[in-house]
Amino acid sequence: MEGSLLQPTLYTVKGIAILDNDGNRILAKYYDKNVFPTAKEQRTFEKNLFNKTHRANAEIIMLDGLTCVYRSNVDLFFYVMGSSHENELILMSVLNCLYDSVSQILRKNVEKRAVLESLDIVMLAMDEICDGGIIIDADSSSVVSRVALRTDDIPLGEQTVAQVLQSAKEQLKWSLLK
Amino acid sequence: MSSFKRDKKEEEDGGGNPFQNIEKTTVLQEARLFNENIINAKKCTHILTKILYLLNQGEQLGATEATEVFFAMTKLFQSKDVILRRMVYLGIKELSSIADDVIIVTSSLTKDMTGKEDLYRAAAIRALCSITDATMLQAIERYMKQAIVDKNPAVSSAALVSSLHMTKMASDVIKRWVNEAQEAVNSENIMVQFHALGVLYHIRKSDRLAVTKLVARLTRMSLKSPYAVCMLVRIAAKLLEEEETGNDSPLFEFIESCLRHKSEMVIYEAAHAIVNLRRTTSRELAPAISVLQLFCGSPKPTLRFAAVRTLNQVAINHPTAVTACNLDLENLITDSNRSIATLAITTLLKTGAESSVDRLMKQIATFVSEISDEFKVVVVQAIRALALKFPRKHSVLMNFLSAMLRDEGGLEYKASIADTIITIIEDNAEAKETGLAHLCEFIEDCEHTSLAVRILHLLGKEGPRTKQPSRYIRFIYNRVILENPTVRAAAVSAMAQFGALCPDLLENIQVLLARCQMDSDDEVRDRAAYYSNILKQQDKTLYNNYILDPLQISIPSLERCLREYILTNTEEPFDIKSVPLAALPTEEEKQINNQKSDGMLITTGPVKPIPVSREENYSEKLSTIPALQQLGPLFKSSDIVELTESETEYVVCCIKHCYTRHLVLQFDCVNTLNDQLLENVRVQLDPSEGYKIVNEIPCPKLPYNEMGTAYVVLQFPEDLPNTVGTFGAVLKFVVKDCDPNTGLPDTDEGYDDEYMLEDLEVVLGDQIQRVNKVNWGAAWEEAGNNFVEMEDTYSLSSMGTLEEAVKNIIQFLGLQPAERTDKVPEGKTTHTLLLAGLFRGGFEILVRSKLALADGITMQLTVRSTDTDVAELITSAVG
Repeated sequence: MEGSLLQPTLYTVKGIAILDNDGNRILAKYYDKNVFPTAKEQRTFEKNLFNKTHRANAEIIMLDGLTCVYRSNVDLFFYVMGSSHENELILMSVLNCLYDSVSQILRKNVEKRAVLESLDIVMLAMDEICDGGIIIDADSSSVVSRVALRTDDIPLGEQTVAQVLQSAKEQLKWSLLK
Repeated sequence: MSSFKRDKKEEEDGGGNPFQNIEKTTVLQEARLFNENIINAKKCTHILTKILYLLNQGEQLGATEATEVFFAMTKLFQSKDVILRRMVYLGIKELSSIADDVIIVTSSLTKDMTGKEDLYRAAAIRALCSITDATMLQAIERYMKQAIVDKNPAVSSAALVSSLHMTKMASDVIKRWVNEAQEAVNSENIMVQFHALGVLYHIRKSDRLAVTKLVARLTRMSLKSPYAVCMLVRIAAKLLEEEETGNDSPLFEFIESCLRHKSEMVIYEAAHAIVNLRRTTSRELAPAISVLQLFCGSPKPTLRFAAVRTLNQVAINHPTAVTACNLDLENLITDSNRSIATLAITTLLKTGAESSVDRLMKQIATFVSEISDEFKVVVVQAIRALALKFPRKHSVLMNFLSAMLRDEGGLEYKASIADTIITIIEDNAEAKETGLAHLCEFIEDCEHTSLAVRILHLLGKEGPRTKQPSRYIRFIYNRVILENPTVRAAAVSAMAQFGALCPDLLENIQVLLARCQMDSDDEVRDRAAYYSNILKQQDKTLYNNYILDPLQISIPSLERCLREYILTNTEEPFDIKSVPLAALPTEEEKQINNQKSDGMLITTGPVKPIPVSREENYSEKLSTIPALQQLGPLFKSSDIVELTESETEYVVCCIKHCYTRHLVLQFDCVNTLNDQLLENVRVQLDPSEGYKIVNEIPCPKLPYNEMGTAYVVLQFPEDLPNTVGTFGAVLKFVVKDCDPNTGLPDTDEGYDDEYMLEDLEVVLGDQIQRVNKVNWGAAWEEAGNNFVEMEDTYSLSSMGTLEEAVKNIIQFLGLQPAERTDKVPEGKTTHTLLLAGLFRGGFEILVRSKLALADGITMQLTVRSTDTDVAELITSAVG
């Protein structure tokens, strides 16, 4: 029968990826040696996945025998992949945790530039969410508390001001471009 | 202005990305900064991030480069910066598989893992376990055990997850940590609970009783973690599936109770498990279905997707159970997520009644233009299933399909529609004329060469047998005028078929073929000249052999034989008879293929390799054995016959390879005792009368759990009736006791032993290769002149229905049914089964079997063959 019973195993996640708005990889991890073993296959899959998902905001898709759940914001696309028989809701919980963690780390400023500026912390967060395919934690606040946020960089009081300046700069740039 | 624009563009692209243009060599240079006396944490973190980013982008590091970076990285342990330290852990994990001597950081990591800084401990454990091997594990075992029961949940989780990773290399050591894992299951933290359950199950999974106890205990204590409950549901479902009892056990009750859990994740998991349990009855299905029905109306796309996908699965086996959800499913047809919409529609098509077909088709028509090709293919597959289910609705469905054919679409989509129409034509004689008409219309304007060729081939095959063959000629000849060479050539072949089968059209066809001989393309001219000449002879035999029945040899084998022929450099002409025939897919295989493609949303994954015939596979393997090389080409290989039960000490299977004069028996043996090494393994046969053992090739060594193969070569008896018989078989071998762990024998001295096998039967079917006769009737008539004919009547008392009789006859004789006579129309009491095949040595066989049902089945069997003995053998074997 098509959807056989799920094997009792902790190895749930086949891959996690964060892509930019051209479909290029910012960060990606594949946890199963049998799923896209080479970098080239991974790229092809990501291109394919991006082409199928960047226009339709539909949250879930089946591709190449994998169930992929996704979410996007501004110029970033977050994906979590699992086997085609996996419980979709578990994958979704991982995706939500990934997104919320990144959002908290970047102080709600979820966009490519911010991710690249704090790439180290985002890497640590991904590592705290999933280790070798096993979900380590799916609670974003607990993930964030574990990745040692750099609080000493910007004094707490000035954080918002810096953010305001940043977004003002962005807006100015965009209005000039138009 | 243009330069300004470019600057802007660059700023947009690369300006925000500090990692845009970094190079491996530069970054590796920068990594030397790690070696400085005073470490600049910020700078080092940035460099390390760059290295990790490069690795993540797919950059490869050589072993020396990796080792260099790794050693430089170890210097960073001096810094107290938290983030830098954590990045070092990540670096260690990334490089552990490439760099050499990674174990030198063991002591640093052990210090971090047992230290006071909580932010280090969990991550240090995971890094440590990634560099540890089986021997080193002993040294850190004590710390790991402590970590599993640590009161910091992160530490405990890290230790549990790492233990699970390490079971691949040192499962024995991990098994000793069962008590700690047991304690961790009781943890308050939901993730620790989940990970501990995973480890516990992994340790105990081979011990059914222990798993049962584990599940029984945990189902009572109501776990807090939804993940852990999902896992428990899966374990319980697996136990249920293996158990022979019905679904009234406490396990099923537990799964059912999970349908009322507060977490959606668990509810869905439970519903999924119930749906997929093999023995679930419709009544037990009901609560799961109603939960899924509820999910169908959820605002979350993922939840709707999960629900409709599961309902789709249910619809395969229990279509009636899903009808309750039809209303909800119909709402989902307009879902913005097209995967959901498509799944909903295919589910509806599966569950729909005959009366609702028209309405459903109308609904699909409104949305089909909006969805992508991939989903259209799924819809087409669902329509195909529907057409097979309700043959009377063929006109509605056919109209719909032809409308879809006219729409825009890629090759895959068009091909699937054409396939569906072809299937409907083959299955339903009434739909034939309309179907062919639709296809004719389609090739008038078809941009896909491969598809046009296929349809022309079909027209050539089916067209001449319709009431008005002449009407198709125009469509076909149009192709000759308008298309590219490939299509023109196919059209020429199709016309020749008409010429061969419809005498009154012959003259016209000859005129058309004559025109084709002036074509600009070689292949088209060649074909036209070839067919034109054959048709001039007006000889039925020539028609049959060279126009109507295509060559049925396996193409890969032909290639191999030709290659060998060129190498041998002989004067003799190449003998096409030496090429093995293509194996035809059996009915079961076809069904499996059909089921696979049946309406599920499996997008095209990697392309499967072209299936090579089994004979070709074996042929390659057998030709490597010197003693078997002079037997000539392999004629046929039988299916695998098991000579032992599957769970005995030694498992033996046999494959019968039939050559022109010899029978090679291949015995595949597996030794399932880990404390024995078998040597000189051979099968002693007690062949039936007339068989002569020519050669035996024993298997020299058979270690634990590996497959070894022994061969016996026999010569067929001269008397054909003696070739069918039963052989006694005994497995003989020398046993040497050995150490289960190393597999090395304790002593050099072994002792002889033997093991009785089940008897091996050599049947008629082993010596016959199935041949597909497209035009069986013509071949039969022609055989009436020069073949030997034998006839006999039998009563088949053991069979109750015609279907059963047909199935058994096909299986027994090993012949290929022709002209779809293997399908018995419903409600008939008589049936004629037409069969064709080739006996070893190249003797053709045609069999007509007339069956009549009346208190058991009476069969009149007529055999025509080129050889008297073969015909006699078949008639005598049936009795």
